[in-house]
Amino acid sequence: MSESMPQGPIQPAPISAAPAVSRTGAPDAVKKSGSLPPGFTLRDVRPDGSHEYFLNMGPQHPSTHGVLKLVVRLDGETVLETVPHLGFIHRAIEKMGENETFIQYMHLTDRMDYLSSHINNLCVCLAIEKAMNIGVPERGEYIRVIVCELQRIQSHLLWWGAFGMDMGAVSAFLYGFIEREKITQLFEELCGARLTMNYFRPGGSNADLPEGFIGKVKTLCEEMKFSLDEFDVLVSQNPIIRERTVGVGLLSKERAISNGCTGPVARASGVNYDVRRNDGYSIYDRFQFDVPLGANGDSFDRYRVRMDEMRQSVRILEQAAAGIPEGQYRSKEKPNYKVPAGSYFAAVETARGLYGTYLVSDNSFKPYRVKSRSPGFSNLSAIDEITRGGKIADLVTVLSTLDLIIPDIDR
Amino acid sequence: MTLSRLFHDTLSMLKGMKVTILYLTRPSRVVTQQYPENRETLKFPERFRGQVVMPHDEKGEHTCTACTLCEKACPNGTISILTTKNIASKRVLGEFIYRFSTCTLCNLCIEACPFDAIRMGHGFEMAAYKRDELDYVLNKKEGR
Amino acid sequence: MIAYSANHPVGDFIRANLPAPLAALANGALSVVVLMVLVVVVAILLVWLERKVCARFQARLGPTRVGPFGLLQPIADSLKLLLKENIKPRAVDTLAYFLAPLLPITGSFLVLAVMPFDHNLQVADPQAGMVYIAAVSGMGILGILIGGWGSNNKYSLLGSMRAGAQLFSYELSMVLCMLLVVMASGTGSLREIVLSQQGTVRDWWIFKLPGAGALAFVLYLISSTAELNRGPLDLSEAESELAGGFHTEYSGMGFSMFFLAEFVNMFASAGLGATFFLGGFLAPQFGIGPLDHILAFIPGFIWFFAKTGALIFMYMWFRWTFPRLRIDHLLSLEWKFLLPVSMANLLLAATLVTLGWILP
Repeated sequence: MSESMPQGPIQPAPISAAPAVSRTGAPDAVKKSGSLPPGFTLRDVRPDGSHEYFLNMGPQHPSTHGVLKLVVRLDGETVLETVPHLGFIHRAIEKMGENETFIQYMHLTDRMDYLSSHINNLCVCLAIEKAMNIGVPERGEYIRVIVCELQRIQSHLLWWGAFGMDMGAVSAFLYGFIEREKITQLFEELCGARLTMNYFRPGGSNADLPEGFIGKVKTLCEEMKFSLDEFDVLVSQNPIIRERTVGVGLLSKERAISNGCTGPVARASGVNYDVRRNDGYSIYDRFQFDVPLGANGDSFDRYRVRMDEMRQSVRILEQAAAGIPEGQYRSKEKPNYKVPAGSYFAAVETARGLYGTYLVSDNSFKPYRVKSRSPGFSNLSAIDEITRGGKIADLVTVLSTLDLIIPDIDR
Repeated sequence: MTLSRLFHDTLSMLKGMKVTILYLTRPSRVVTQQYPENRETLKFPERFRGQVVMPHDEKGEHTCTACTLCEKACPNGTISILTTKNIASKRVLGEFIYRFSTCTLCNLCIEACPFDAIRMGHGFEMAAYKRDELDYVLNKKEGR
Repeated sequence: MIAYSANHPVGDFIRANLPAPLAALANGALSVVVLMVLVVVVAILLVWLERKVCARFQARLGPTRVGPFGLLQPIADSLKLLLKENIKPRAVDTLAYFLAPLLPITGSFLVLAVMPFDHNLQVADPQAGMVYIAAVSGMGILGILIGGWGSNNKYSLLGSMRAGAQLFSYELSMVLCMLLVVMASGTGSLREIVLSQQGTVRDWWIFKLPGAGALAFVLYLISSTAELNRGPLDLSEAESELAGGFHTEYSGMGFSMFFLAEFVNMFASAGLGATFFLGGFLAPQFGIGPLDHILAFIPGFIWFFAKTGALIFMYMWFRWTFPRLRIDHLLSLEWKFLLPVSMANLLLAATLVTLGWILP
C-alpha cells in the first residue's frame, strides 16, 4: 500500500534510533475505522495487549506557547512521532500585504514574530532601501543596531522565563519578565509602543532617540550583566535543568542545515552562521562580537547559546552606545514609497534566526507579492526527529528550547 | 553518582534557593502595580501611542482640513472622513470618524498629517459592551 | 485509644457530667467537628499563605483585594468553586470519577486524627501510630489513581500513572525515615515520640542521633515533597506537560476537593515532620534559664503550628525555586539514591542506638 502511494518531494532522512514509520499510507482497516489523525499509522496491538496511542498536545496546551497543535504518537510516555499541525493563527499577512502600501505592510510584520518586531520592521526597510537606493545616515544606523540588540535581549529574556516555566520553575518566568520590562519601558519611551513597534522607516526611523536614552541603555547593560549571572545561578547551574536538557533533543549539524534551521537552534548544533556577521547588514561589521556556538546540538546547548547571545548583545550595545554620533537620524523622507519593478530580498537575524522578506514590485505603491521567510517555521520542522525516543517532558523541553513563536510560523 | 558531584549539585541548588529567598526578603524588588487604583498616577512616556485624539484650541477649533491623507495612510480603514461644504462652498471636515476597535495604533496617520491635526493620546482602555461604542467622532465641530 | 483530649479540660468536663457511653460519643463527635473545622481553616490559611509566599518569591504582591491583606481571597475562591458546575464529561466512569476526589481528603483527615497538637490535644493515639499513618496516607494515592483512570482522559491517565509510580516509591523512603525515629524512641505512638524528645533542643531527634537524624530529616523533606505532589516533584500534575494531570477533567467541587487535600496533606506532612524530628508541641529549650521559662510559657499548640509553619515554608521555598524533574529521573533518584541512603541511614541509626552513641 505504502509503495503505491505517491511520495512527497521531501522525505525525512531515516533516523537510525527511531522506528521507521510510514506517514503516507495507513492500513486499510485502520483507515476505514476513521479514528486516526491524517498521515498516521498505528502499529498493531502487542501480544500483552498494550498499544500505542495518540495525544493531542494543543492548540490549548500550556507549553505550546500559543496555538500550535502537536499530534504525538506515544508508547507509554515515550514519544514515537510528533506531527505539528499549523494554521490556527493564520492571518494571511502576506496576502494582506498585497493590498497595503509598503509602509503599511511593515506594520503587519510586527504581528508575525511579535518578540522581534523591530527586527522584522528592519527587514522590510532593508528590502525597500535596497530597491529604492535609500541611504541611511550614520546615527540612523546606530539607532537601528541599538534597538535591534535591545529587542534581541528582550526576546531572549522572555524565552528564558518561559523556558523556566516549562521546566516547572515558575519563579524564573517572573524574573525574566521583570528584566524584560525594563527594556519594554525603554521601547515605550522610544516609540510609544511596547510590543508592536512600527518604529523603523526606510532611511532610518520615524523619530530620533528620546532624551537620556543612551544613558538608560548604558545602565541597562550593567544591570543585565548582574541579572544574567543571577539567572545562571538559578537555572543554568541547576542540576535538575542539566539532567533534563543535556543530551535531550539532539539535532545534528547536518540535520539542522537540511531542515533549514537558523539562529540559536542551528548555532547550538554547530552551524557557524549568523546573518549579522555573515551578511553584515546595517553596520554590524563595525562591532566586536562573538557568535556563540554549541557542540552537541542538545537542548542545553540551545539554552546556553541564547544565554551567551544575550551577553554578546550587551557587548554590542555597550560599543554602540559609546560610539553613537550626533546628526540626522533619517535620510530625506519621501511622501510615499513607489518601489521600482523587480524583486528584492533582505534578510536579518531575529532572535529566532534568519528572517527574510521577499518583495515583488510592479512599480506601484503596493507590493505585487510579499513573502516572509520566518525562522520559526523551519526550526519547528526539526521537532519530529529530535523528539523521537524521548519522554513527554523532553518534548516540552525541546519545544521550549526551539523558542517558537506561533504567529511567526503561521503568519 | 560520585560524592563530589552530589556536593556540587546540592551546593548549586542551595545557591538557587538563595536567589529566590533574596526576592522574598527584599520588598523593594516587588514590581506589582495596583492598576485600577493607580490610574491617576500612571506615567505615560511622551511618545505613548494610545487612542487617536484631535486637539482643539481654546476657541474649540481644530486644524483638520479634511485632506484625507490620514485616511489613506491607515492600513485598517479605521479612519473615515466625511466632508461637508461650508458657507463659501468650500469642502471642509464634517465628521472625523475614528473606530478605536480596529485601530492598531501604528502611528501612520499621525505621520501622514501635514497639519498636526491629530495626535496619539493616552487612552488605552478599550473595554466596551458593543463594538460601535468604540466609534468616535473626533472633531467637536465642523471645519471652517 | 485515648478519647478526645485525654486530660483536656473540655474532655474532663464532658466525662464528669455525662454517663460514660454518652461521654465517649460526645467526645468523639466533638473531636470530629473540631478536626473538620481545623481542616477547613488550615486549608484556607494555607491557600492564602501559598499565594502570598509565592507572590513574594516572584516579586509580586499576591492577593490584596478581598479582605485585609487579601485574607478572604481563599474564601471567595472556594465560594466560586462551590457554585461552579461540577462538569461530568460523557465518557467518564461515573462512580470512579465522583469517588476519587473524596479519597485524598479522607486520607489526610485520618492522618490529622493521630496528630498530637498539644500535650492533651490529640484525637487518638494508637500505639502503632506510625504504621497507621503509613496505611492511611495511601488513600491519597488511591484517589489520584482512581480519578485519573475514571476521567477517561489521556492526560489524566498519564498523570495518575506517574502518581502511582512516584507515590508508591517515595512512600518507602519516607516511611524508612519515620521508622528511624520510631526505632530510636522505642515507640510508635506519636505522643510518646514527642515526649521522648523532652529536654533541650539537643534532644530533638534531628540532633539527638548525630548525623543520622539530620540526614533522615532531609530525606524526609525530599520524599514527603514527592508524597505531597508538590513542585519540584509534582509530576502527576505537571502543568506544563500534562496540563493538570490527574485533575484535568475536574471542575467545581471535584477539583476543589483535590485542591483542599493537597493543602491539608501539606499541613499533615509538615506536622509529622515536626512531630518526628523537631519535638512536636514541645517548646524549644536552650538550657538558658529565663529564656527557657519564657519559651515554655507559650502553649504547646503554638509551638506545633510554628514548627509546622516553618516546614511548610520549606515546601513552598522548594516549589518556587526548583524546576520539575522528569519521571525517569525522579524514579531513579528514589530507587538509586534516596532508598539506599535511607536504608543505610537506618542501619547507621541502629548502630548508634545499639552502641548508645546518642547525645545525652
